[in-house]
Amino acid sequence: MSRIAFNKAEVRRKHLRREYVPIVSTILASLLALLPIIVSSPVIPDFAFLMLIAWRLLRPEMWGPIVALPLGLFNDLVAGHPLGQSMALWTFLFILFDIIDSRVLFRDYWMDWLIASFAIAGYVFADWYIGRLMGSTAAFTVMLPQLAASILAFPVVARFVLMLDRWRLAR
Amino acid sequence: MAPPKTRRPGFSRRAQYGLFLGYVLAVGGVLLAVLLLVIAVVDPRGFSALRGAALDATLPITSAGRSVVRFVTGSGSAVRYYFRAAAQNDELKREVERNRHELIEARAIRFENARLRQLLKLSGELKDDVATARIVNSTFDSSRRLATIAAGSSDGVKVGQPVRAPEGLIGRIVETGRYASRVLLITDGASNVPVRLVRDGTPAMATGRGDGTLDIKTLELGKNPFRKGDIFVTSGTGGIFGPNIPAAIVVQVGRDETIARPLADPSRIDFAIIQSIYMPSAETPLNQAPAPNSDALQAPPPEPEANGAAPAP
Repeated sequence: MSRIAFNKAEVRRKHLRREYVPIVSTILASLLALLPIIVSSPVIPDFAFLMLIAWRLLRPEMWGPIVALPLGLFNDLVAGHPLGQSMALWTFLFILFDIIDSRVLFRDYWMDWLIASFAIAGYVFADWYIGRLMGSTAAFTVMLPQLAASILAFPVVARFVLMLDRWRLAR
Repeated sequence: MAPPKTRRPGFSRRAQYGLFLGYVLAVGGVLLAVLLLVIAVVDPRGFSALRGAALDATLPITSAGRSVVRFVTGSGSAVRYYFRAAAQNDELKREVERNRHELIEARAIRFENARLRQLLKLSGELKDDVATARIVNSTFDSSRRLATIAAGSSDGVKVGQPVRAPEGLIGRIVETGRYASRVLLITDGASNVPVRLVRDGTPAMATGRGDGTLDIKTLELGKNPFRKGDIFVTSGTGGIFGPNIPAAIVVQVGRDETIARPLADPSRIDFAIIQSIYMPSAETPLNQAPAPNSDALQAPPPEPEANGAAPAP
């Protein structure tokens, strides 16, 4: 006979793991912006965003759209974006995902990647446009390497999130 | 597929209201965030206390990591140096010899410079170094080019101050915490630095392109006066950046665009020097200062280096 848990402490630990792994992993991905890398061109994807949409596409019922707001605030503060950028974009995207989910009958791997690609393109464009509003004159072509890298990195991040999800729900 | 007519999660009133409230809160959150964004666009220094606190809180993580990175890259080059020690020794000896001559020449020029300045009764160079700090990280996932340095308002760093390295100009401070601050690099699209060509003093404006290079715009019409390898220094026009800080070297010359690379590469620099804001008009007495409405083009530049340099537009 195999038991689910042997004592109360283990139950509590597993409960915490099940509840908080998605949030904590997204926060940790935000903290990647603190990596001591100094680059002269935006080529590295925004892993916090990729992580967020990967979780959202994998588990649509887990998060309400409001969850993206505090996570966005944290990302703004850590990554040095203008305050409100990730908050607005992430929450708006979550509402959009809910609308998409109510309209499509099924999603598979390729659909997820397609939806994520559109989301990434919109996100990168919005980031560039907000920079433009803030007085930057950089051309959009500067963002293209990052756009490509983000779209290609999404399956890897989704795979990683899937792994985390299996560990999270493991007995 | 058409969406279902109702989005009711079931017959539970509690679940229905919960879902509805969730959407109301989310839409309200988006509106709030957009409002914050508008405030950030209109007044980029808004919420500086909150942002400064976040900057301070994240500094220890970044600087610890940075020293690890520096150790790893540093040990790589140390091994390389060990293997080519003899060749490098000869090379360095020759270079020392060459440098000695140039150093003597430079000393003579500095002495002469000081004498001429005294003759002109100009105050000395405004080289007030506020602080020296490490560059610990930079944005890598956004269109803006911002770096973080490990010095803040407790070291006397203020918003607007120029940041340089011995090699050249890095940028200026846009945000300060108590122990860390953010630097807008000169390669950012929102950065404009008035520069002049070292060769003949042609004034120009160096604007960041966001990808690690600068766009040099000449202020005169006509043929592109710049050549590959030309070096630009700051002109000091318009204040903030003091004159004669090395800024950029031209790497590509097109028909009507000139692309340059900054002389100071933030990823290879250990220490950045934060200087006080350069204010040319502060040196002249008040009655000589030009009236606010007078044509800026007619006003004589207060620094001899600024001669021939047009004021910033």
